[in-house]
Amino acid sequence: MGRVSEALGRRGFLGLAGGAGLAAVVGCGADAGAGSSAAAQPKQGGRLRAVYAGGGAKEVLDPHVQSLFVDIARHKAMYEKLVELGPDLKPVPRLAAKWEHDGTATTWRFSLRDATFHDGGKLVAEDVLYSLSRIADPKVPERVAQSSLATLDLKRSKAIDPATVELVLTAPNAEFPTLLAGIGTQIVRNGFKDPTKPVGTGAFKYVSFEAGRSLVATRYDDYWDEPARIEELHILSADAEARANAVQGGQAEYANDMTATFARTAEAGRTVRIVAAKASMMQAFVMKVDQPPFDNPDVRLAFKLLADRQRLVDVVLAGRGEVGNDLFGKGYQYYPADLPQRERDVDKAKALLAKAGLAGKQVEIFTADASAGFVEAATLFAEQVAEAGVRLKVTTGSPQTYAKDLLTKGAIGNHRSGAMTIPQYFTDRLLSNSPFNVTHWRRPEFDSAFAAARAVTSEQERSAKYGVLQKTLRDEGGILAWGLPDYLVAVSAKVQGVQAVPPNTLDQGRFDKVWLA
Amino acid sequence: MRLVAMPYAVQRTLLAVVQLAVLSVLVFVLTSLLPGDAAELRFTETLTPEQVAALRVELGLDQPAPERFVHWLRDVLTGDLGTSLISGGPVAGIVRNSIGATLVLTLATLAVVVPLAVALGIVMGTRENGRIDRAISSVTLALSAIPDFVIAVVLVAVFSLRLGWLPATWVGGDLLSSPALLILPVAVLFGRTVCLLSRQVRAGTVAALNADYIIQARRLGVPRRQLLLRHVLPNAAVPGVQELARTGDTLLGGVLVVEAIFAIPGFATALVDGVETRDIPTVQGLTLVLAVAALLINLAADLTCNRLVPRTALLR
Repeated sequence: MGRVSEALGRRGFLGLAGGAGLAAVVGCGADAGAGSSAAAQPKQGGRLRAVYAGGGAKEVLDPHVQSLFVDIARHKAMYEKLVELGPDLKPVPRLAAKWEHDGTATTWRFSLRDATFHDGGKLVAEDVLYSLSRIADPKVPERVAQSSLATLDLKRSKAIDPATVELVLTAPNAEFPTLLAGIGTQIVRNGFKDPTKPVGTGAFKYVSFEAGRSLVATRYDDYWDEPARIEELHILSADAEARANAVQGGQAEYANDMTATFARTAEAGRTVRIVAAKASMMQAFVMKVDQPPFDNPDVRLAFKLLADRQRLVDVVLAGRGEVGNDLFGKGYQYYPADLPQRERDVDKAKALLAKAGLAGKQVEIFTADASAGFVEAATLFAEQVAEAGVRLKVTTGSPQTYAKDLLTKGAIGNHRSGAMTIPQYFTDRLLSNSPFNVTHWRRPEFDSAFAAARAVTSEQERSAKYGVLQKTLRDEGGILAWGLPDYLVAVSAKVQGVQAVPPNTLDQGRFDKVWLA
Repeated sequence: MRLVAMPYAVQRTLLAVVQLAVLSVLVFVLTSLLPGDAAELRFTETLTPEQVAALRVELGLDQPAPERFVHWLRDVLTGDLGTSLISGGPVAGIVRNSIGATLVLTLATLAVVVPLAVALGIVMGTRENGRIDRAISSVTLALSAIPDFVIAVVLVAVFSLRLGWLPATWVGGDLLSSPALLILPVAVLFGRTVCLLSRQVRAGTVAALNADYIIQARRLGVPRRQLLLRHVLPNAAVPGVQELARTGDTLLGGVLVVEAIFAIPGFATALVDGVETRDIPTVQGLTLVLAVAALLINLAADLTCNRLVPRTALLR
């Protein structure tokens, strides 16, 4: 029964929307949401089923214990943060309508929006303070934002009035609003104890949840930011193959994180459209700067000069991406766009390698099937390095432990990163005490320069200071960022209003803004 | 007959309990040998090493492995399968949530496979080496030679994506409102099992038809239909029933592939998830349930054979 009506619905749509409408639909991209034709007028009602990579029993309903995309998407439907990130990873107001600091970026005041929780309660400053203290609870180590919000001094933070909260830091930080936009920073109700009964301020109200399978939620009619158009939202879990089949077979209307191979086949058909957030991820090789042979800056530079970036992008990313310039965060706030693109120069690399005494030697690259394209990239890069007379031996490890192994095994390995702010990337990966310092880049002067830059209150000055640090990294650091993959989402042809923006930003997976044509 | 069967059943059950004990130790040891533990695997950019260390203490992973095993064993003997290291919920809950889909899938497959395989087996066996026998043999053999995932991918491509007749995955669907979800998975599992089972029934039929007492009965003029139903079929069924028990194991392998391709939240999926996240209590619990199930199926098969043809038990 259901199948038949769905099939008819799809055929009906294709019949009606032919010509101009279809052309607009097929031309994928950022303008999908702001369509100008009459056919693109938002419609009310309907059910949207979105499929994400699942995590089985690992999936959680507690918004402060998330790390999987599927969890983040589910929590986003029901909960909100004070601040979110825009498409360029700049902070944008959400539950906090605006904020200001004391001039030193140490004491911050956030003005709260007139929002209500699903149980009818009004959002007040106490809710914010409670949420932050719940995140910081040392007895629950898996509350993910604990380290990023560690400089928050909760004892000195307070409610000024119901609609204003004052947050005090132990050290000045001009990036504080973006930290509040990080993973696991949702605002819950004061006294929230039971994560299995979600009550947030988000656009959808909780109906049911089954780990590894589904979340069902319905529209929250009193949502402060224009109630959703769809009536019901299902967020489901499935691996890549099943996601592809589901969105093509009409069992889901939205499939997150699709492969380039799928995109090619999908675009040949008419039922599915690909929304590509251009160059919003990073694929890199990481060299440990404290280990031979990469403790020699000449060798690091030689390897950077040996990468045939375009070929890596064409082969490993199937052409869906751009070449990288050995830096994280292209297109984001603070990215030094004026640095010249690194080009391949085998002769110069050869000379550097000869000087370093590495010609004819063997280096081991540690990889694993932990992320699409890792092993392929390592293998292809080994061929490119061989042209300069250095053998790169590919060693493949266990995909499940790769994140940790990368820190300890091999002198060079694969690394990828999703979207986050550039200062966040620095904090997580490039400071002496960073938990995920994959290149072992540890320079006290770099740390202090970064801390100083972060405290600068003028955005322009701060940007210039970050730029200097990034230039140092590009020239001397261990990150060989060769490619910037597109982030691919597949939607059924009847879904409108999906934005092509990087993951972890406000408009990614914003199901309150989409509608079914 | 009861007197013969009971000690045999008891003996078999005791053997199975020993097997179960060995198995649970093996599973524990083998999963302990996997690189990383449940805390470590949660190590991502979002957790610091200090948080991971705290997590390890919280999960009890800082205790030595033998100690953890003894704890687990004590709990199991009191009927408690323990707590998942990943979800923090009871393992029994994971078993309960995942067993339904797998059971439905397996039973639906058997409901299709058994009658068809028996019918095909008898048709083939009564026409040994005839044209029909060879035709059916070739088709079923060919079918069983194609890997499950190939059949699955082709069926999905044709019947779901091209023709749009059947759902391609279980994502977003539930069995109650759309039983059609079962058709493609069962079709895949069917290919894997029907050949093996029908061949055993065929072999049994051929053997029975060529037995001296049947030849004698035929000489005495017993009608063919009566001969087949009363004398040939019970004997022919014995290898079939034994094969059916083995089909359980074969099916499990197929179910794993089928569950992955069709995104069915079943037992195999839960087991793979458990291994991938090093959720040892969950892996242990699921394995234990599977082992008990396999034991019961084989026991039932042996008792059934014994009932069909009592001499088989004496022959052992």
